[in-house]
Amino acid sequence: MSVIVLIEHTGGTIKKKNFEALHYAAHIAKQTGTTVTALVLGTVAVAEMESLGEYGAQKVLHVADSRLNELHARAYAGAVIAAAQKEGSKIIITLHDIGGRMVAPRVAVKLGAGLVAGALSYPDTEKGFVIKKAVFSGKAFAYVNILSDIKVIMLMPNTFPVAKIEGKAVVEQLDVSFGEEDFGVKVKAVNKVTGEVALADAELVVSGGRGMKGPENWGILEELAKELGAATACSRPVADSHWRPHHEHVGQTGGTVRPNLYIAVGISGAIQHLAGVNGSKNIVVINKDPEAPFFKAANYGVVGDAMEILPRLTAAVRKFKQQHK
Amino acid sequence: MKVLVCISQVPDTSTKIVLKNNNTAISSDGVTYVINPYDEWYALIRAIELKETGIATEVHLVTVGSANVEPVIRKALALGGDEAIRIDADSDDPYETAGYIAEYAAGGAYDLILCGKESIDYNNGTTGTMLAGLLDINYVGFATGIQLEGNTAVVTREIEGGEETDACNLPVVISCQKGVAEARIPNMRGIMAARTRPLKVVVPTKIAPLTQILSYELPPAKAGIKLVSSDNMDELVALLHTEAKVI
Repeated sequence: MSVIVLIEHTGGTIKKKNFEALHYAAHIAKQTGTTVTALVLGTVAVAEMESLGEYGAQKVLHVADSRLNELHARAYAGAVIAAAQKEGSKIIITLHDIGGRMVAPRVAVKLGAGLVAGALSYPDTEKGFVIKKAVFSGKAFAYVNILSDIKVIMLMPNTFPVAKIEGKAVVEQLDVSFGEEDFGVKVKAVNKVTGEVALADAELVVSGGRGMKGPENWGILEELAKELGAATACSRPVADSHWRPHHEHVGQTGGTVRPNLYIAVGISGAIQHLAGVNGSKNIVVINKDPEAPFFKAANYGVVGDAMEILPRLTAAVRKFKQQHK
Repeated sequence: MKVLVCISQVPDTSTKIVLKNNNTAISSDGVTYVINPYDEWYALIRAIELKETGIATEVHLVTVGSANVEPVIRKALALGGDEAIRIDADSDDPYETAGYIAEYAAGGAYDLILCGKESIDYNNGTTGTMLAGLLDINYVGFATGIQLEGNTAVVTREIEGGEETDACNLPVVISCQKGVAEARIPNMRGIMAARTRPLKVVVPTKIAPLTQILSYELPPAKAGIKLVSSDNMDELVALLHTEAKVI
Protein backbone atom coordinates (compact mmCIF):
# COMPACT_ATOMS: atom_id res chain seq x y z
CA MET A 1 0.00 0.00 0.00
CA SER A 2 3.02 2.31 0.01
CA VAL A 3 3.17 5.66 -1.77
CA ILE A 4 5.25 5.35 -4.96
CA VAL A 5 7.61 8.16 -5.97
CA LEU A 6 9.21 8.13 -9.41
CA ILE A 7 12.79 9.33 -8.95
CA GLU A 8 14.60 11.08 -11.76
CA HIS A 9 18.35 11.08 -12.10
CA THR A 10 20.94 12.50 -14.47
CA GLY A 11 23.76 10.08 -15.14
CA GLY A 12 23.17 8.39 -11.79
CA THR A 13 22.93 11.60 -9.75
CA ILE A 14 19.61 12.29 -8.05
CA LYS A 15 18.56 15.94 -7.97
CA LYS A 16 17.14 17.92 -5.05
CA LYS A 17 13.66 18.22 -6.52
CA ASN A 18 13.25 14.46 -6.00
CA PHE A 19 13.84 14.98 -2.28
CA GLU A 20 10.89 17.40 -2.28
CA ALA A 21 8.79 14.62 -3.79
CA LEU A 22 9.95 12.13 -1.14
CA HIS A 23 9.17 14.61 1.64
CA TYR A 24 5.70 15.11 0.14
CA ALA A 25 5.18 11.35 -0.07
CA ALA A 26 6.34 10.92 3.53
CA HIS A 27 3.73 13.49 4.59
CA ILE A 28 0.98 11.50 2.84
CA ALA A 29 2.33 8.20 4.16
CA LYS A 30 2.09 9.60 7.68
CA GLN A 31 -1.48 10.79 6.99
CA THR A 32 -2.55 7.41 5.64
CA GLY A 33 -0.48 5.13 7.84
CA THR A 34 1.64 3.67 5.08
CA THR A 35 5.24 3.86 3.79
CA VAL A 36 7.20 5.45 0.94
CA THR A 37 8.71 3.46 -1.91
CA ALA A 38 11.02 5.22 -4.34
CA LEU A 39 11.25 3.87 -7.88
CA VAL A 40 14.63 4.25 -9.56
CA LEU A 41 15.06 3.40 -13.24
CA GLY A 42 18.38 2.75 -14.94
CA THR A 43 21.95 2.78 -13.66
CA VAL A 44 22.34 4.33 -10.21
CA ALA A 45 24.83 3.38 -7.47
CA VAL A 46 23.40 1.41 -4.54
CA ALA A 47 24.71 3.99 -2.03
CA GLU A 48 22.91 6.77 -3.91
CA MET A 49 19.67 4.78 -3.74
CA GLU A 50 20.12 3.87 -0.08
CA SER A 51 20.58 7.57 0.71
CA LEU A 52 16.98 8.18 -0.36
CA GLY A 53 16.19 6.90 3.14
CA GLU A 54 17.50 10.22 4.43
CA TYR A 55 14.62 11.96 2.67
CA GLY A 56 11.75 9.68 3.64
CA ALA A 57 11.91 6.52 1.52
CA GLN A 58 11.76 3.22 3.40
CA LYS A 59 12.29 1.18 0.27
CA VAL A 60 13.75 1.64 -3.21
CA LEU A 61 12.54 -0.48 -6.11
CA HIS A 62 15.29 -0.52 -8.70
CA VAL A 63 14.74 -1.47 -12.33
CA ALA A 64 18.34 -1.82 -13.43
CA ASP A 65 17.73 -2.10 -17.20
CA SER A 66 20.35 0.25 -18.68
CA ARG A 67 18.02 1.19 -21.53
CA LEU A 68 16.16 3.24 -18.91
CA ASN A 69 19.12 5.62 -18.62
CA GLU A 70 17.31 7.41 -21.42
CA LEU A 71 13.76 8.60 -20.87
CA HIS A 72 11.45 6.19 -22.70
CA ALA A 73 7.94 7.32 -21.77
CA ARG A 74 6.24 3.99 -22.48
CA ALA A 75 8.83 1.91 -20.65
CA TYR A 76 8.89 4.33 -17.72
CA ALA A 77 5.10 4.22 -17.46
CA GLY A 78 5.23 0.40 -17.57
CA ALA A 79 7.79 0.35 -14.76
CA VAL A 80 5.73 2.72 -12.61
CA ILE A 81 2.63 0.58 -13.14
CA ALA A 82 4.59 -2.61 -12.30
CA ALA A 83 5.91 -1.00 -9.11
CA ALA A 84 2.47 0.28 -8.10
CA GLN A 85 0.92 -3.14 -8.67
CA LYS A 86 3.68 -4.90 -6.75
CA GLU A 87 3.22 -2.58 -3.78
CA GLY A 88 -0.56 -2.35 -4.06
CA SER A 89 -0.11 1.43 -4.20
CA LYS A 90 -3.02 3.83 -4.40
CA ILE A 91 -0.94 7.01 -4.65
CA ILE A 92 1.75 7.66 -7.27
CA ILE A 93 3.88 10.80 -7.22
CA THR A 94 6.03 12.31 -9.95
CA LEU A 95 7.37 15.77 -10.58
CA HIS A 96 5.56 18.20 -12.86
CA ASP A 97 8.63 18.63 -15.03
CA ILE A 98 9.61 17.38 -18.48
CA GLY A 99 10.21 13.82 -17.26
CA GLY A 100 7.13 13.60 -15.09
CA ARG A 101 4.90 15.10 -17.73
CA MET A 102 6.08 12.52 -20.28
CA VAL A 103 5.23 9.63 -17.97
CA ALA A 104 2.60 10.34 -15.30
CA PRO A 105 -0.41 11.02 -17.56
CA ARG A 106 0.23 7.73 -19.36
CA VAL A 107 0.35 5.93 -16.03
CA ALA A 108 -2.90 7.63 -15.00
CA VAL A 109 -4.90 6.50 -18.03
CA LYS A 110 -3.55 2.97 -17.84
CA LEU A 111 -4.59 2.70 -14.19
CA GLY A 112 -7.81 4.71 -14.49
CA ALA A 113 -6.36 7.13 -11.97
CA GLY A 114 -7.37 10.73 -11.48
CA LEU A 115 -4.45 13.10 -11.87
CA VAL A 116 -3.52 16.55 -10.61
CA ALA A 117 -0.78 18.25 -12.63
CA GLY A 118 1.28 20.93 -10.92
CA ALA A 119 0.25 20.23 -7.32
CA LEU A 120 0.97 23.08 -4.92
CA SER A 121 -0.43 21.62 -1.69
CA TYR A 122 -0.62 18.47 0.35
CA PRO A 123 -3.92 16.63 -0.10
CA ASP A 124 -6.76 17.85 2.09
CA THR A 125 -8.61 14.70 3.06
CA GLU A 126 -11.40 16.51 4.93
CA LYS A 127 -13.62 16.80 1.82
CA GLY A 128 -12.20 13.97 -0.26
CA PHE A 129 -8.68 14.21 -1.66
CA VAL A 130 -8.32 17.86 -2.59
CA ILE A 131 -5.16 19.40 -4.00
CA LYS A 132 -4.43 23.02 -4.92
CA LYS A 133 -2.95 23.85 -8.31
CA ALA A 134 -2.31 27.00 -10.33
CA VAL A 135 -4.60 27.73 -13.29
CA PHE A 136 -4.71 30.52 -15.90
CA SER A 137 -0.91 30.74 -15.74
CA GLY A 138 -0.95 31.60 -12.05
CA LYS A 139 -3.76 34.16 -12.17
CA ALA A 140 -5.92 31.83 -10.07
CA PHE A 141 -5.76 28.58 -8.13
CA ALA A 142 -8.09 25.59 -8.38
CA TYR A 143 -8.88 23.06 -5.67
CA VAL A 144 -9.13 19.70 -7.40
CA ASN A 145 -10.71 16.64 -5.83
CA ILE A 146 -9.42 13.29 -7.11
CA LEU A 147 -12.39 10.95 -7.28
CA SER A 148 -10.70 7.68 -8.24
CA ASP A 149 -9.31 4.98 -5.97
CA ILE A 150 -5.80 5.28 -7.46
CA LYS A 151 -4.39 8.81 -7.56
CA VAL A 152 -1.52 10.35 -9.52
CA ILE A 153 -0.01 13.59 -8.24
CA MET A 154 2.49 15.62 -10.25
CA LEU A 155 4.31 18.05 -7.96
CA MET A 156 5.35 21.52 -9.03
CA PRO A 157 9.11 21.60 -8.38
CA ASN A 158 10.56 24.13 -5.96
CA THR A 159 7.33 24.17 -3.93
CA PHE A 160 7.78 21.76 -1.04
CA PRO A 161 10.42 21.58 1.68
CA VAL A 162 13.22 19.05 1.89
CA ALA A 163 13.77 17.48 5.30
CA LYS A 164 16.74 15.28 6.04
CA ILE A 165 16.30 12.47 8.56
CA GLU A 166 18.33 9.52 9.79
CA GLY A 167 17.67 6.54 7.59
CA LYS A 168 18.80 4.15 4.92
CA ALA A 169 16.40 2.78 2.36
CA VAL A 170 16.30 -0.91 1.54
CA VAL A 171 17.07 -1.47 -2.14
CA GLU A 172 15.16 -4.20 -3.91
CA GLN A 173 15.49 -5.16 -7.55
CA LEU A 174 12.33 -5.10 -9.64
CA ASP A 175 12.19 -7.04 -12.87
CA VAL A 176 9.91 -5.59 -15.48
CA SER A 177 9.46 -7.26 -18.85
CA PHE A 178 9.40 -4.66 -21.58
CA GLY A 179 8.25 -5.08 -25.15
CA GLU A 180 9.97 -3.66 -28.23
CA GLU A 181 7.24 -1.02 -28.48
CA ASP A 182 8.27 0.36 -25.08
CA PHE A 183 11.46 1.59 -26.72
CA GLY A 184 9.78 2.68 -29.95
CA VAL A 185 11.12 6.23 -29.66
CA LYS A 186 14.86 6.09 -30.44
CA VAL A 187 17.21 8.77 -29.17
CA LYS A 188 19.36 9.88 -32.09
CA ALA A 189 21.28 12.80 -30.60
CA VAL A 190 21.55 14.71 -27.35
CA ASN A 191 22.77 18.28 -27.21
CA LYS A 192 23.22 19.35 -23.60
CA VAL A 193 24.16 22.89 -22.74
CA THR A 194 27.10 22.42 -20.42
CA GLY A 195 28.42 24.77 -17.80
CA GLU A 196 25.08 26.50 -17.31
CA VAL A 197 22.43 26.15 -14.63
CA ALA A 198 19.36 24.45 -16.15
CA LEU A 199 16.58 27.01 -16.28
CA ALA A 200 13.74 24.67 -15.31
CA ASP A 201 15.49 23.68 -12.06
CA ALA A 202 17.04 27.03 -11.23
CA GLU A 203 16.43 28.57 -7.82
CA LEU A 204 17.83 31.89 -9.03
CA VAL A 205 17.25 33.36 -12.49
CA VAL A 206 18.63 36.52 -14.12
CA SER A 207 16.60 37.47 -17.18
CA GLY A 208 17.13 40.12 -19.82
CA GLY A 209 14.80 41.94 -22.16
CA ARG A 210 15.03 44.48 -24.93
CA GLY A 211 16.31 47.02 -22.41
CA MET A 212 19.64 45.22 -22.68
CA LYS A 213 19.87 46.94 -26.10
CA GLY A 214 21.71 44.14 -27.89
CA PRO A 215 23.35 40.71 -27.58
CA GLU A 216 26.76 42.36 -27.14
CA ASN A 217 25.64 43.60 -23.71
CA TRP A 218 24.77 40.17 -22.29
CA GLY A 219 28.20 39.72 -20.74
CA ILE A 220 27.33 41.92 -17.74
CA LEU A 221 24.09 39.98 -17.19
CA GLU A 222 25.94 36.67 -17.37
CA GLU A 223 28.50 37.95 -14.89
CA LEU A 224 25.75 38.65 -12.37
CA ALA A 225 24.23 35.22 -13.03
CA LYS A 226 27.62 33.57 -12.54
CA GLU A 227 28.21 35.44 -9.28
CA LEU A 228 24.81 34.35 -7.98
CA GLY A 229 24.98 30.80 -9.39
CA ALA A 230 21.85 31.66 -11.36
CA ALA A 231 20.43 30.54 -14.68
CA THR A 232 19.98 33.08 -17.47
CA ALA A 233 16.69 33.69 -19.25
CA CYS A 234 15.21 36.21 -21.63
CA SER A 235 11.96 37.72 -22.87
CA ARG A 236 10.28 36.72 -26.13
CA PRO A 237 11.45 39.69 -28.27
CA VAL A 238 15.03 38.89 -27.29
CA ALA A 239 14.68 35.24 -28.39
CA ASP A 240 12.83 36.28 -31.55
CA SER A 241 15.66 38.69 -32.40
CA HIS A 242 18.13 35.80 -31.92
CA TRP A 243 20.04 37.71 -29.26
CA ARG A 244 19.68 34.64 -27.06
CA PRO A 245 18.87 30.94 -27.68
CA HIS A 246 15.19 29.97 -27.76
CA HIS A 247 15.47 27.67 -24.75
CA GLU A 248 16.06 30.77 -22.59
CA HIS A 249 12.73 32.33 -23.57
CA VAL A 250 10.44 32.60 -20.58
CA GLY A 251 6.77 33.54 -20.85
CA GLN A 252 3.39 32.50 -22.16
CA THR A 253 4.78 30.68 -25.19
CA GLY A 254 8.24 29.95 -23.83
CA GLY A 255 9.23 28.26 -20.61
CA THR A 256 7.76 28.63 -17.15
CA VAL A 257 10.02 29.18 -14.16
CA ARG A 258 9.38 29.09 -10.40
CA PRO A 259 12.64 30.26 -8.85
CA ASN A 260 13.11 31.70 -5.40
CA LEU A 261 14.47 34.83 -7.08
CA TYR A 262 13.77 36.20 -10.57
CA ILE A 263 15.74 39.29 -11.56
CA ALA A 264 14.20 40.97 -14.61
CA VAL A 265 16.51 43.39 -16.38
CA GLY A 266 15.13 45.69 -19.05
CA ILE A 267 11.89 43.71 -19.35
CA SER A 268 8.72 45.80 -19.40
CA GLY A 269 6.57 43.00 -17.99
CA ALA A 270 3.97 42.29 -20.65
CA ILE A 271 1.24 39.99 -19.39
CA GLN A 272 2.57 37.20 -21.63
CA HIS A 273 5.93 37.37 -19.90
CA LEU A 274 4.37 37.47 -16.44
CA ALA A 275 2.50 34.25 -17.24
CA GLY A 276 5.84 32.45 -17.31
CA VAL A 277 7.29 33.95 -14.14
CA ASN A 278 4.51 34.69 -11.70
CA GLY A 279 5.26 31.51 -9.77
CA SER A 280 8.54 33.16 -8.69
CA LYS A 281 8.76 33.65 -4.95
CA ASN A 282 10.62 36.98 -5.23
CA ILE A 283 10.91 39.30 -8.22
CA VAL A 284 13.44 42.10 -8.65
CA VAL A 285 12.80 44.48 -11.54
CA ILE A 286 15.55 46.69 -12.97
CA ASN A 287 14.19 49.09 -15.57
CA LYS A 288 14.85 52.69 -16.53
CA ASP A 289 11.13 53.28 -17.16
CA PRO A 290 9.46 53.85 -13.77
CA GLU A 291 6.08 53.18 -15.43
CA ALA A 292 7.06 49.66 -16.63
CA PRO A 293 4.15 47.34 -15.71
CA PHE A 294 6.57 44.77 -14.28
CA PHE A 295 7.10 47.00 -11.21
CA LYS A 296 3.50 46.24 -10.17
CA ALA A 297 4.34 42.53 -9.95
CA ALA A 298 7.72 42.97 -8.26
CA ASN A 299 8.88 42.72 -4.65
CA TYR A 300 11.92 44.93 -5.20
CA GLY A 301 12.60 47.53 -7.87
CA VAL A 302 15.47 49.61 -9.12
CA VAL A 303 14.80 52.45 -11.56
CA GLY A 304 17.78 53.18 -13.77
CA ASP A 305 20.02 52.11 -16.62
CA ALA A 306 20.79 48.38 -16.56
CA MET A 307 24.20 48.99 -18.08
CA GLU A 308 25.22 50.90 -14.96
CA ILE A 309 23.23 48.96 -12.37
CA LEU A 310 24.23 45.40 -13.34
CA PRO A 311 27.98 45.81 -12.72
CA ARG A 312 27.19 47.54 -9.40
CA LEU A 313 24.88 44.71 -8.36
CA THR A 314 27.45 42.09 -9.38
CA ALA A 315 30.09 43.87 -7.29
CA ALA A 316 27.68 44.08 -4.34
CA VAL A 317 26.95 40.34 -4.54
CA ARG A 318 30.68 39.58 -4.74
CA LYS A 319 31.35 41.76 -1.68
CA PHE A 320 28.50 40.08 0.22
CA LYS A 321 29.82 36.61 -0.59
CA GLN A 322 33.30 37.53 0.62
CA GLN A 323 31.86 38.87 3.86
CA HIS A 324 29.77 35.74 4.42
CA LYS A 325 32.34 33.06 3.57
CA MET B 1 -0.76 10.94 -44.31
CA LYS B 2 -3.63 12.00 -42.08
CA VAL B 3 -2.94 14.55 -39.36
CA LEU B 4 -5.16 15.37 -36.41
CA VAL B 5 -4.60 18.60 -34.49
CA CYS B 6 -6.09 19.00 -31.00
CA ILE B 7 -7.41 22.50 -30.44
CA SER B 8 -8.67 23.97 -27.22
CA GLN B 9 -10.46 27.22 -26.53
CA VAL B 10 -8.98 29.34 -23.76
CA PRO B 11 -9.50 32.84 -22.37
CA ASP B 12 -7.19 35.40 -23.95
CA THR B 13 -3.94 35.92 -22.02
CA SER B 14 -4.96 39.40 -20.87
CA THR B 15 -8.20 38.15 -19.28
CA LYS B 16 -8.82 39.31 -15.74
CA ILE B 17 -10.04 36.26 -13.84
CA VAL B 18 -13.32 36.89 -12.03
CA LEU B 19 -14.85 34.19 -9.83
CA LYS B 20 -18.57 33.57 -9.48
CA ASN B 21 -21.08 31.19 -7.84
CA ASN B 22 -19.35 31.30 -4.48
CA ASN B 23 -15.92 30.79 -6.14
CA THR B 24 -16.94 27.53 -7.81
CA ALA B 25 -16.72 28.87 -11.38
CA ILE B 26 -14.91 31.39 -13.55
CA SER B 27 -17.04 34.18 -14.98
CA SER B 28 -17.11 34.32 -18.77
CA ASP B 29 -18.65 37.81 -18.87
CA GLY B 30 -16.59 39.98 -21.16
CA VAL B 31 -13.97 37.26 -21.69
CA THR B 32 -12.46 36.99 -25.17
CA TYR B 33 -11.80 33.38 -26.11
CA VAL B 34 -8.96 32.38 -28.41
CA ILE B 35 -7.29 29.25 -29.71
CA ASN B 36 -4.80 28.00 -27.13
CA PRO B 37 -1.53 29.60 -28.34
CA TYR B 38 0.50 26.37 -28.26
CA ASP B 39 -2.18 24.58 -30.28
CA GLU B 40 -2.45 27.40 -32.81
CA TRP B 41 1.05 28.79 -33.29
CA TYR B 42 2.89 25.50 -33.24
CA ALA B 43 0.74 22.37 -33.64
CA LEU B 44 -1.76 23.72 -36.17
CA ILE B 45 0.72 25.73 -38.21
CA ARG B 46 3.13 22.77 -38.43
CA ALA B 47 0.26 20.57 -39.65
CA ILE B 48 -0.62 23.18 -42.29
CA GLU B 49 3.03 23.34 -43.37
CA LEU B 50 3.05 19.56 -43.78
CA LYS B 51 -0.05 19.84 -45.98
CA GLU B 52 1.47 22.67 -48.03
CA THR B 53 4.62 20.63 -48.67
CA GLY B 54 2.59 17.63 -49.79
CA ILE B 55 3.60 15.42 -46.85
CA ALA B 56 0.15 15.47 -45.24
CA THR B 57 -2.86 14.63 -47.37
CA GLU B 58 -5.51 15.62 -44.83
CA VAL B 59 -5.47 17.84 -41.75
CA HIS B 60 -8.34 17.56 -39.30
CA LEU B 61 -8.93 19.72 -36.25
CA VAL B 62 -10.61 18.35 -33.15
CA THR B 63 -11.92 20.09 -30.06
CA VAL B 64 -13.99 19.12 -27.05
CA GLY B 65 -16.65 21.63 -26.10
CA SER B 66 -20.19 22.87 -26.41
CA ALA B 67 -21.50 25.00 -29.30
CA ASN B 68 -19.88 28.14 -27.90
CA VAL B 69 -16.41 26.93 -29.01
CA GLU B 70 -17.41 26.97 -32.68
CA PRO B 71 -16.19 30.53 -33.43
CA VAL B 72 -12.74 29.55 -32.20
CA ILE B 73 -12.61 26.33 -34.21
CA ARG B 74 -13.76 28.32 -37.28
CA LYS B 75 -10.84 30.69 -36.68
CA ALA B 76 -8.54 27.66 -36.58
CA LEU B 77 -10.03 26.46 -39.88
CA ALA B 78 -9.33 29.90 -41.35
CA LEU B 79 -5.63 29.25 -40.80
CA GLY B 80 -5.93 25.90 -42.58
CA GLY B 81 -7.16 22.36 -42.22
CA ASP B 82 -9.69 20.40 -44.23
CA GLU B 83 -12.34 19.84 -41.63
CA ALA B 84 -13.05 20.32 -37.96
CA ILE B 85 -14.68 18.03 -35.44
CA ARG B 86 -16.35 19.31 -32.31
CA ILE B 87 -16.90 16.63 -29.71
CA ASP B 88 -20.02 17.77 -27.95
CA ALA B 89 -19.04 17.60 -24.28
CA ASP B 90 -17.95 19.91 -21.50
CA SER B 91 -15.05 18.68 -19.45
CA ASP B 92 -12.39 20.09 -17.18
CA ASP B 93 -11.03 16.66 -16.24
CA PRO B 94 -7.91 15.77 -18.29
CA TYR B 95 -8.80 12.06 -18.44
CA GLU B 96 -12.32 12.74 -19.68
CA THR B 97 -11.11 15.20 -22.33
CA ALA B 98 -8.37 12.88 -23.60
CA GLY B 99 -10.83 9.98 -23.55
CA TYR B 100 -13.24 11.76 -25.90
CA ILE B 101 -10.46 12.66 -28.33
CA ALA B 102 -9.05 9.12 -28.16
CA GLU B 103 -12.46 7.63 -28.88
CA TYR B 104 -12.76 9.80 -32.00
CA ALA B 105 -9.13 9.42 -33.11
CA ALA B 106 -9.20 5.63 -32.79
CA GLY B 107 -11.60 5.44 -35.73
CA GLY B 108 -9.78 8.02 -37.84
CA ALA B 109 -6.59 6.17 -38.85
CA TYR B 110 -4.45 9.23 -38.09
CA ASP B 111 -0.72 8.90 -38.64
CA LEU B 112 0.22 11.99 -36.71
CA ILE B 113 -1.59 13.69 -33.83
CA LEU B 114 -0.34 17.12 -32.79
CA CYS B 115 -1.27 19.20 -29.78
CA GLY B 116 0.18 22.12 -27.88
CA LYS B 117 2.45 21.38 -24.92
CA GLU B 118 -0.25 22.66 -22.54
CA SER B 119 -3.34 24.83 -22.46
CA ILE B 120 -3.04 28.24 -20.85
CA ASP B 121 -6.26 27.80 -18.87
CA TYR B 122 -5.71 24.67 -16.77
CA ASN B 123 -1.95 24.38 -17.42
CA ASN B 124 -2.04 20.59 -17.18
CA GLY B 125 -0.07 19.59 -20.26
CA THR B 126 -1.46 16.08 -20.04
CA THR B 127 -3.76 15.67 -23.06
CA GLY B 128 -1.11 14.50 -25.50
CA THR B 129 0.44 11.96 -23.14
CA MET B 130 -2.95 10.63 -22.08
CA LEU B 131 -4.08 10.40 -25.68
CA ALA B 132 -0.98 8.37 -26.60
CA GLY B 133 -1.60 6.12 -23.61
CA LEU B 134 -5.24 5.56 -24.49
CA LEU B 135 -4.38 4.84 -28.14
CA ASP B 136 -1.35 2.80 -27.04
CA ILE B 137 1.00 4.59 -29.42
CA ASN B 138 4.26 6.54 -29.14
CA TYR B 139 4.44 9.98 -27.61
CA VAL B 140 7.07 12.68 -27.90
CA GLY B 141 6.62 15.74 -25.71
CA PHE B 142 7.89 19.32 -25.80
CA ALA B 143 8.84 19.24 -29.48
CA THR B 144 10.84 22.16 -30.87
CA GLY B 145 11.05 20.73 -34.39
CA ILE B 146 9.21 18.04 -36.38
CA GLN B 147 10.34 16.44 -39.64
CA LEU B 148 8.67 13.52 -41.42
CA GLU B 149 10.78 11.00 -43.35
CA GLY B 150 8.50 8.38 -44.86
CA ASN B 151 6.94 6.46 -41.99
CA THR B 152 9.28 8.04 -39.44
CA ALA B 153 8.91 11.20 -37.39
CA VAL B 154 12.16 12.91 -36.46
CA VAL B 155 11.49 15.16 -33.52
CA THR B 156 13.75 17.63 -31.75
CA ARG B 157 12.51 18.10 -28.23
CA GLU B 158 13.41 19.99 -25.11
CA ILE B 159 15.16 18.08 -22.35
CA GLU B 160 16.46 19.50 -19.10
CA GLY B 161 19.45 21.62 -19.97
CA GLY B 162 19.37 21.06 -23.71
CA GLU B 163 17.76 19.33 -26.65
CA GLU B 164 17.41 15.76 -27.89
CA THR B 165 16.60 14.42 -31.33
CA ASP B 166 14.28 11.41 -31.34
CA ALA B 167 12.97 9.23 -34.13
CA CYS B 168 9.98 6.93 -34.10
CA ASN B 169 7.57 5.21 -36.41
CA LEU B 170 4.11 6.60 -37.04
CA PRO B 171 1.52 6.80 -35.57
CA VAL B 172 2.70 9.16 -32.88
CA VAL B 173 1.32 11.92 -30.67
CA ILE B 174 3.59 14.97 -30.44
CA SER B 175 3.13 17.96 -28.14
CA CYS B 176 4.46 21.17 -29.64
CA GLN B 177 6.07 24.34 -28.39
CA LYS B 178 8.14 27.24 -29.68
CA GLY B 179 10.43 26.29 -32.55
CA VAL B 180 8.06 23.84 -34.25
CA ALA B 181 6.61 26.52 -36.55
CA GLU B 182 6.32 30.26 -37.02
CA ALA B 183 2.99 31.83 -36.07
CA ARG B 184 0.75 33.13 -38.86
CA ILE B 185 -2.41 35.17 -39.05
CA PRO B 186 -5.38 34.05 -41.13
CA ASN B 187 -5.85 35.88 -44.43
CA MET B 188 -9.18 36.89 -45.95
CA ARG B 189 -9.10 33.94 -48.36
CA GLY B 190 -8.68 31.55 -45.47
CA ILE B 191 -11.45 33.19 -43.51
CA MET B 192 -13.84 32.91 -46.47
CA ALA B 193 -12.79 29.31 -47.18
CA ALA B 194 -13.28 28.34 -43.52
CA ARG B 195 -16.98 29.16 -43.80
CA THR B 196 -17.51 26.37 -46.27
CA ARG B 197 -15.30 23.75 -44.65
CA PRO B 198 -17.15 21.05 -42.73
CA LEU B 199 -17.49 21.34 -38.96
CA LYS B 200 -18.78 18.00 -37.74
CA VAL B 201 -20.38 17.58 -34.35
CA VAL B 202 -19.80 14.23 -32.67
CA VAL B 203 -21.80 13.10 -29.65
CA PRO B 204 -19.43 11.01 -27.55
CA THR B 205 -20.06 8.12 -25.22
CA LYS B 206 -20.07 9.75 -21.79
CA ILE B 207 -16.86 9.23 -19.82
CA ALA B 208 -16.98 9.68 -16.06
CA PRO B 209 -14.45 12.27 -14.88
CA LEU B 210 -11.78 11.18 -12.42
CA THR B 211 -11.27 14.64 -10.93
CA GLN B 212 -13.54 17.51 -10.06
CA ILE B 213 -12.71 21.17 -9.47
CA LEU B 214 -14.43 22.11 -6.22
CA SER B 215 -13.50 25.78 -6.07
CA TYR B 216 -11.19 28.54 -7.24
CA GLU B 217 -9.20 31.17 -5.44
CA LEU B 218 -7.43 34.32 -6.57
CA PRO B 219 -3.83 34.88 -5.47
CA PRO B 220 -3.32 37.38 -2.66
CA ALA B 221 -2.55 40.93 -3.78
CA LYS B 222 1.15 41.82 -3.93
CA ALA B 223 2.26 43.52 -0.75
CA GLY B 224 3.80 46.34 -2.75
CA ILE B 225 7.22 47.02 -4.11
CA LYS B 226 10.29 48.21 -2.25
CA LEU B 227 12.25 50.60 -4.42
CA VAL B 228 16.00 50.67 -3.95
CA SER B 229 18.23 53.52 -5.13
CA SER B 230 20.27 52.59 -8.20
CA ASP B 231 23.36 53.83 -6.34
CA ASN B 232 22.82 51.46 -3.44
CA MET B 233 23.06 47.86 -4.62
CA ASP B 234 24.46 46.85 -1.22
CA GLU B 235 21.01 47.62 0.18
CA LEU B 236 19.33 45.42 -2.44
CA VAL B 237 21.70 42.54 -1.67
CA ALA B 238 21.04 43.00 2.05
CA LEU B 239 17.27 42.87 1.45
CA LEU B 240 17.63 39.72 -0.65
CA HIS B 241 19.61 38.16 2.18
CA THR B 242 17.74 39.26 5.30
CA GLU B 243 14.19 39.73 4.05
CA ALA B 244 13.72 37.53 0.98
CA LYS B 245 16.30 34.98 2.22
CA VAL B 246 17.28 34.01 -1.30
CA ILE B 247 21.01 34.71 -1.20
